[in-house]
Amino acid sequence: MRVSKNLLEISRLSKRFGGLPALSEVSFRAARGQVTALIGPNGAGKTTLLNCLSGVIKPDAGEILFDGANIAGMSAPRVARLGISRTFQNLRLFPRLSVLDNVLCGLTVQAGDSFLEALLRLPGLRNRERRLKLTALEALNTFGLADKAALPAGVLSYGDKKRVEMARAFVSQPVLTLLDEPVAGLNPEETAQIAGLIRQMRMYGKTMILVEHDMEMVMGVSDQVVVLDGGCRIAAGTPDEVRVNPLVLEAYLGRMSLTA
Amino acid sequence: MRGWERAKFFVIRHRTGLAVWVLAIILLLTPLVVNNPYNLGILNLIGLYVIVVLGLNLFIGYAGQISLGHAAFFGLGAYGSAVLTAGYNFPAWPAMGLTAAVLALVALALGVPTLRLSGHYLAMATLGFNYVVHGVFVQWDAVTGGPAGLSGVPPLSILGFAFNSDIKFHYLVWTCALAALTLCLNLVRSGVGRGLAALAQDEVAAATLGVNVQRDKVQVFVLSAVFASVAGSLYAHYFGYVNPDGFSIFKSLDLVIMVVVGGMGSIWGTLFGVALITILPHFLEFFETYMDIIHGLILVVILLFLPQGFVSGLVDYFRMRVAKRRLKLGAVKGNTSL
Ligand SMILES: Nc1ncnc2c1ncn2[C@@H]1O[C@H](COP(=O)(O)OP(=O)(O)OP(=O)(O)O)[C@@H](O)[C@H]1O
Ligand SMILES: [Mg+2]
Repeated sequence: MRVSKNLLEISRLSKRFGGLPALSEVSFRAARGQVTALIGPNGAGKTTLLNCLSGVIKPDAGEILFDGANIAGMSAPRVARLGISRTFQNLRLFPRLSVLDNVLCGLTVQAGDSFLEALLRLPGLRNRERRLKLTALEALNTFGLADKAALPAGVLSYGDKKRVEMARAFVSQPVLTLLDEPVAGLNPEETAQIAGLIRQMRMYGKTMILVEHDMEMVMGVSDQVVVLDGGCRIAAGTPDEVRVNPLVLEAYLGRMSLTA
Repeated sequence: MRGWERAKFFVIRHRTGLAVWVLAIILLLTPLVVNNPYNLGILNLIGLYVIVVLGLNLFIGYAGQISLGHAAFFGLGAYGSAVLTAGYNFPAWPAMGLTAAVLALVALALGVPTLRLSGHYLAMATLGFNYVVHGVFVQWDAVTGGPAGLSGVPPLSILGFAFNSDIKFHYLVWTCALAALTLCLNLVRSGVGRGLAALAQDEVAAATLGVNVQRDKVQVFVLSAVFASVAGSLYAHYFGYVNPDGFSIFKSLDLVIMVVVGGMGSIWGTLFGVALITILPHFLEFFETYMDIIHGLILVVILLFLPQGFVSGLVDYFRMRVAKRRLKLGAVKGNTSL
């Protein structure tokens, strides 16, 4: 069987909220091992698209082929089981759980979900828990959080929280990771850190979809850029192509500079 | 030196199991100190409620749901065993098992449709369920004995050894309570438990991590119903009779108050919550007279100031404060530690 170059093929994806279109027949592809950026002005439908991809909401029409299978309308836990992970635009950590437990939550699928086995704490489960803990600690190391493992996630700084969410999304060795504005609200130094982590993950062969407003960062880490405006795809191409596309410039005119 | 280090490591690694063993030894020896039947009776009652409230606390604290009908499951367990053994001469242990199995199905039937809805539907549904069940206990004379209830429930026995005194029942009920405690501690220290803690804090995030939110909620609900049923059966065999009084919606509220005092999701706090609420009216007459008012006040005050519940609320508060202090003092390196 031929392995397609594209891990994800979205075609004619549409979603309306109370009659207003948030996505109108959006199509694009994301290649394996690449970072595909999804940009567009506020309200363009970027988060809505990620929500459709991750099973948080069901699209009204269209196809989402993931590794050749249509996952449009699939429930979130089933999507997670296929190896798709994500972060959220507005942090969604579990504030009362420790940083380590937050990251361990990223290994829910690997931990197994048999109630009976958990109640009886059979030896197999004990060993698995030990292995998962090591995996989680490794991820904390990679994301520079090793010394904060025991702290409740709620007390961390905003930048640290963003990285905990990324560690949680990457700890399970996902096939595809969706990042919704990972550097929004961060200072330049923290932004550079996150950009470095994204590049590092790309080096490890991870496929990512990156939603981001920070153009300098987008242009620096992406292989391909897709531009949405008002729920429609208005452009797609390499960062250099998109940067000079007149449609894109018009969509952003007065809203943001693309000179980065 | 090495031996000492190793012992420390052993204690830290097995702290939960060791804590359960320490509690078991304390309870084994308690009858040496607490030897009048009245006090032993209270301790037995605490054991019974611990089983119910452990399950309820998983449901409220971990699954993040609410049930105002757990006294109904407790009562159905008691009546199931009483009717089957006193009425139909059923052997006691199979009657207990059968009752629990049936109640698991009832909880499933009640949970599947209601747990899908968010908000107050579940509180309403469980409250209504309790109301109906209590009504049946009172009205269905032919089977339940009406307001007077049923008597002649035989004590439980194992291989001819009958648990027919306060001290014998002490060992039976606390064995069951410690078993329930162990099961709960096991559950919360597993991936399933983390998933439950996660979904209680953020259902959407939990779902995208692979937590089967709907199914997990129903499973915890069923588990808590089974715990309540078993405790109810033990209750019936301990007292030898059952009547509707102990299974009204007010008892359900008391159970929720026990959870709140212990703290949402705190397995160990549950022991404290149950003990406090059970003991208070017995030792302070004042409390008995104004019990409902005081329970109401406890509930309001705790939820106003410590929404996570009393014990775990305090623990959380200090954990957060210590963590913030450590962050501020720079004991933990800043976020340039990449
Ligand atoms: N759950 C919802 N219910 C109703 N309308 C929604 C919902 N989610 C999004 N929308 C609407 O859909 C449109 C697209 O929103 P979306 O959040 O996808 O934009 P976005 O591109 O992520 O914007 P931003 O850059 O501000 O995050 C907006 O008009 C928004 O108001
Ligand atoms: Mg968005």
